[in-house]
Amino acid sequence: MKMDDDAPVIYGLEFQARALTAQTAETDAIRFLVGTQSLKFDNQIHIIDFDDENNMINKSVLLHDAGEIWHISGSPADKAVLTTCYSKTSENRVLTCAAVWRMPPEWESGSHESPDDSSNNPQTLELLCHLDNTAHGSVACVLWEPLGDGKRVISLAENHVLLWDLQESSTKATISSTATLEGKGQLKFTAGKWSPHHNSTQLVTANDTAIRGWDLRSMSQIYCIENAHGQLVRDLDFNPNKQYYLASCGDDCKVKFWDVRHINEPVKCLEEHSHWVWSVRYNHSHDQLLLTGSSDSRVILSNMVSISSEPFGHLVDDDDLSDNEENQQEDKGKEPLQDSIIATYEEHEDSVYAVEWSAADPWLFASLSYDGRLVINRVPRALKYRILL
Amino acid sequence: SFPGITAIQRQRETHIYSGWSLMGRRLACLSATTPPDSDPTGRRQVHSMLKLYYGMNEEGKVESLDPCDINGPHFDPEVYLNKLRKECSLGELMDHESCTVKQIRSLDSDMQTLVYENYNKFISATDTIRKMKNDFKKMEDEMDCLSANMAAITEFSAHISGTLQDQHAQITKLSGVHTLLRKLQFLFELPARLNKCLELQAYAQAVSAHRRARCVLQQYSHMPSFRGIQDDCHVIMEQLAQQLRQKFRDGGSSAKDLSECVELLLQLDEPAEELCDKFLSHAQSRLEADLQGLEAELIDSLVTDTDILEFIDRGCNEFVSNLCLVIASYQELFINHPQEGELASKKIPEMANGKLHVFVDTLAARYFSLVERRIQEEKGVGDNSLLVRALDRFHRRLQAISKLLPGSAVPSQGTEIVVRAARERIKQYLSALQTFYHDSLTDVRQALAAPRGATSKDATPSLPELLTSLSNFILNQLKSVLASVHLFTAKDITFSNKPYFKGEFCSQGVREGLVVSFIKFICQSSRQYCESAGDRGGSTPPALLLLLSRLCLDYETSTISYILTLTDEQFLVQHHTPVTPVTALCAEAREAAQKLLNHYVKVQGLIISQMLRKSVETRDWVNTIEPRNVRAVMKRVVEDTTSIDVQVGLLYEEGVRKAHSSDSSKRTFSVYSSSRQQIRYAPSYTPSAPMDTSLLSNIHKLFSERIDIFSPVEFNKVSVLTGIIKISLKTFLECVRLRTFGRYGLQQIQVDCHYLQMYLWRFVSDENLVHFLLDEIVGSAAHRCLDPSPMEQSVIEVICERG
Repeated sequence: MKMDDDAPVIYGLEFQARALTAQTAETDAIRFLVGTQSLKFDNQIHIIDFDDENNMINKSVLLHDAGEIWHISGSPADKAVLTTCYSKTSENRVLTCAAVWRMPPEWESGSHESPDDSSNNPQTLELLCHLDNTAHGSVACVLWEPLGDGKRVISLAENHVLLWDLQESSTKATISSTATLEGKGQLKFTAGKWSPHHNSTQLVTANDTAIRGWDLRSMSQIYCIENAHGQLVRDLDFNPNKQYYLASCGDDCKVKFWDVRHINEPVKCLEEHSHWVWSVRYNHSHDQLLLTGSSDSRVILSNMVSISSEPFGHLVDDDDLSDNEENQQEDKGKEPLQDSIIATYEEHEDSVYAVEWSAADPWLFASLSYDGRLVINRVPRALKYRILL
Repeated sequence: SFPGITAIQRQRETHIYSGWSLMGRRLACLSATTPPDSDPTGRRQVHSMLKLYYGMNEEGKVESLDPCDINGPHFDPEVYLNKLRKECSLGELMDHESCTVKQIRSLDSDMQTLVYENYNKFISATDTIRKMKNDFKKMEDEMDCLSANMAAITEFSAHISGTLQDQHAQITKLSGVHTLLRKLQFLFELPARLNKCLELQAYAQAVSAHRRARCVLQQYSHMPSFRGIQDDCHVIMEQLAQQLRQKFRDGGSSAKDLSECVELLLQLDEPAEELCDKFLSHAQSRLEADLQGLEAELIDSLVTDTDILEFIDRGCNEFVSNLCLVIASYQELFINHPQEGELASKKIPEMANGKLHVFVDTLAARYFSLVERRIQEEKGVGDNSLLVRALDRFHRRLQAISKLLPGSAVPSQGTEIVVRAARERIKQYLSALQTFYHDSLTDVRQALAAPRGATSKDATPSLPELLTSLSNFILNQLKSVLASVHLFTAKDITFSNKPYFKGEFCSQGVREGLVVSFIKFICQSSRQYCESAGDRGGSTPPALLLLLSRLCLDYETSTISYILTLTDEQFLVQHHTPVTPVTALCAEAREAAQKLLNHYVKVQGLIISQMLRKSVETRDWVNTIEPRNVRAVMKRVVEDTTSIDVQVGLLYEEGVRKAHSSDSSKRTFSVYSSSRQQIRYAPSYTPSAPMDTSLLSNIHKLFSERIDIFSPVEFNKVSVLTGIIKISLKTFLECVRLRTFGRYGLQQIQVDCHYLQMYLWRFVSDENLVHFLLDEIVGSAAHRCLDPSPMEQSVIEVICERG
């Protein structure tokens, strides 16, 4: 292993970008998808492959000529299928639409041969279907059913929750049920997350300062945390291992952790960023690791062990250890584990709007700032070993 | 003897003596060689010669041994002459001779005179002696007569005593019989007498009579008659004892009666232990009555609002003084009373003392519980002097018990009560101070919320006035509390010299428990304003945050050390427990001030942010018309910023700012060139370089420090304003980035930014910061523009100048 293994790997896009996702269905390669934002040029989807052994990035570019991309999300079942939310300007009106796309099958082979050519002759995404939202307004995001078969998505459009069924190999999308948020003023969802727990029957959304939970079977609200944040709520994420635990972040610079059974008070509150927090992500395997990105241009990796599913550290089988190690382990186990900030990453120079963990390697994550800079980082090795051992 | 005769004899002797002394004197005169009335030296010489004569030579006086001293006893004429012949000239010898002759001559004549005189004296002395001889003869005869008479008298006397001898013996015997009879009569009459005494209730007399007879009766009890008497007496005395006991039991009689009663019973061999118990139980019933009275008053006092001093007074005057009386009389009866004989061997004092202690302790415990209950009722903190005086009286009166009953724990328990009361008091004062502080803040809040009438600036107090008055209020209140608490340690208060009040009360109580806790409370509650007030700014008016921040800062710089110095001076702390150092408190206050100011910046920043955000979010930027004016919201932002500037300026100093360029407001945005640059998309750039963004702003980012938006501010106006403007502009930027603009939308943003540029630079420490953020905004807007054709700079300026 090289010494600079922990050093960040930086990749620059030509365009500004907000949309980032890990390729959810891909479990072997470390792969991220980035959607660009440009009003003047054809927008692209950059497929970023990280070669862990050589510490190198391989990229492929796919053309997304429908419009600038605000949100991108990969299918959990088919790694070639993804959804984007893109803005479309017609008749002096800007509308954010959503569509399901398939990556052309050749992109992978082409990119490896000559990465530089790809920008010159980019391949185009294949449109599978539109999630037609003209009746409901701009789409904030599209959510795939977690761990699902890639046939159900939810789109949040203005104040509507739309549950779609994708049929005929995702070429046809039909609305199976909807829910509408009623209330005073112009309500608009800003973010949402489909819960991986409870057989994927729950959804959580954010609008303004409130966080709402929905039951997808009845399409009705099950809880509402009013004034969850002092300002706008920007993002949400479920703890992958604790079904009632939820993290949220917002314009009050805070990250809050909620137990949705007790919504009066957050379980915990972090205030480490010096500007709005745009993105919060639990590590998929080790839920004490939490990633946040903020418009103060920083990415912070926190160790929230006290409210994780392993509050007393990793449970170790005694048989696995030699006597010596066992003693050490016992000593370590006795120390109270403290929540802490593991690292603050300052590689970005503009607002960071998205952070994502890799789907394939739980110790690796990517962050994307508005100026188009993608940074890939690893969890510090010392911490990694402490969690594993 | 016959005094007449003695007197005569003595007279005679005196005569004789005086005669002799007269003679002596004459003889002395004879022996003198010089006339008595010559010069003092001569007289001394005469004296010394007389003394010599009478053998009274003074010791140590050196006699002249000079043989040439003509007056000396060792005079040698031969030596003298030789000496003269040797030493003197002829003339001198002649002179000396004539002188000597003259002296001899005068001496001869003197001698003749003396001899003559002495002769006369001898003659008269001879006469006197002869006369005396005659007198003595006469006296001798008289003496003989006297002695004959005396002999006769002696004879008669012997005769008489011989005759009276027999009668005298008889009389002695008779008088002995008489006494015995009188005693017997007393014994026989004793039952009757005792009965009579019983009737008359002259118990003391009866007991003393009985006591006198008791031994005798005991001794002769084998004789039937005496035995009868003894039995009678016994019955009567039993009856008497019964009556005494009855009287003792009944109570109601005065203490003096009672003590007499006890004394008598003791003399009647009543067991002392029982008596003690009875006495004490009797006393207890009376003291219980006092206690019940007190308890009743305690319950009343809740209704009728009598003050504590009255209550304690009553307790002292009734219960404590009665208790003291009981103790004193008990001790008089059972402990200090000198017991004789068999009583002394019973060790009554020890037993009695033990009983007394238990008795006093039980009653005092009840009394104390009442007093404590009453003290607990004392919740009002207005006037401490009453409580202190009451406690003082309470404590002082207990000292009487300690004097009466040296080993008793009662006074120390009393002191503990006082100590507890003092502790409780400090707590009450602390909470009173806290309440006062909250009330004051509520007042300030109301004053701030009061609508500022048009130009009636003097009607509503300004921020500095509010701050001063708040600060003074708190300080005065604290001072008055300190003064109140100080009463506890006043010199004339008895308990002030107790170790607790000298040490722990001052340091742990007043300094830590009251002053330090209060200061900490201020910091604490200030911090709470930052947390609980909600992030929207909500309940706490920003001005209050600012004011509190300044208050805390003032505390840090001066007030805390002033208060603590004041406290340390008033309460000379002799206790050596560690106390919170001033620096720690100051640090806490500073932290609170910092937090408040940060929060103020955040709240004000959010208020402005909110306006900007709404203005960006609610507008359709694609289909907007060509800008003709600066949008009203921008004017509002500048107005608000200006008023914040004024507000902060009232309480905080200006602070330093970086030198600005000569014409800051007229600066043109270089960003348009860069935003145009971005249109000329150049593929020759390396793909990893962020091409699509403003090059200039990127260069700026590379070389300038990262801007932390919600970062701590310094304690000055410029820093505060910089913080607020940073927050506002960053919000503006982020909101712009979420929108899509038409051509005129971009131009409107240009106009707005230029307007902000014109006015905001003056508030901040580094105008480049404003430039940079505004550049970013315009750059981002240009970037998000469907048709980016920027407005001419001159046109922008015209629009902005127009207002």
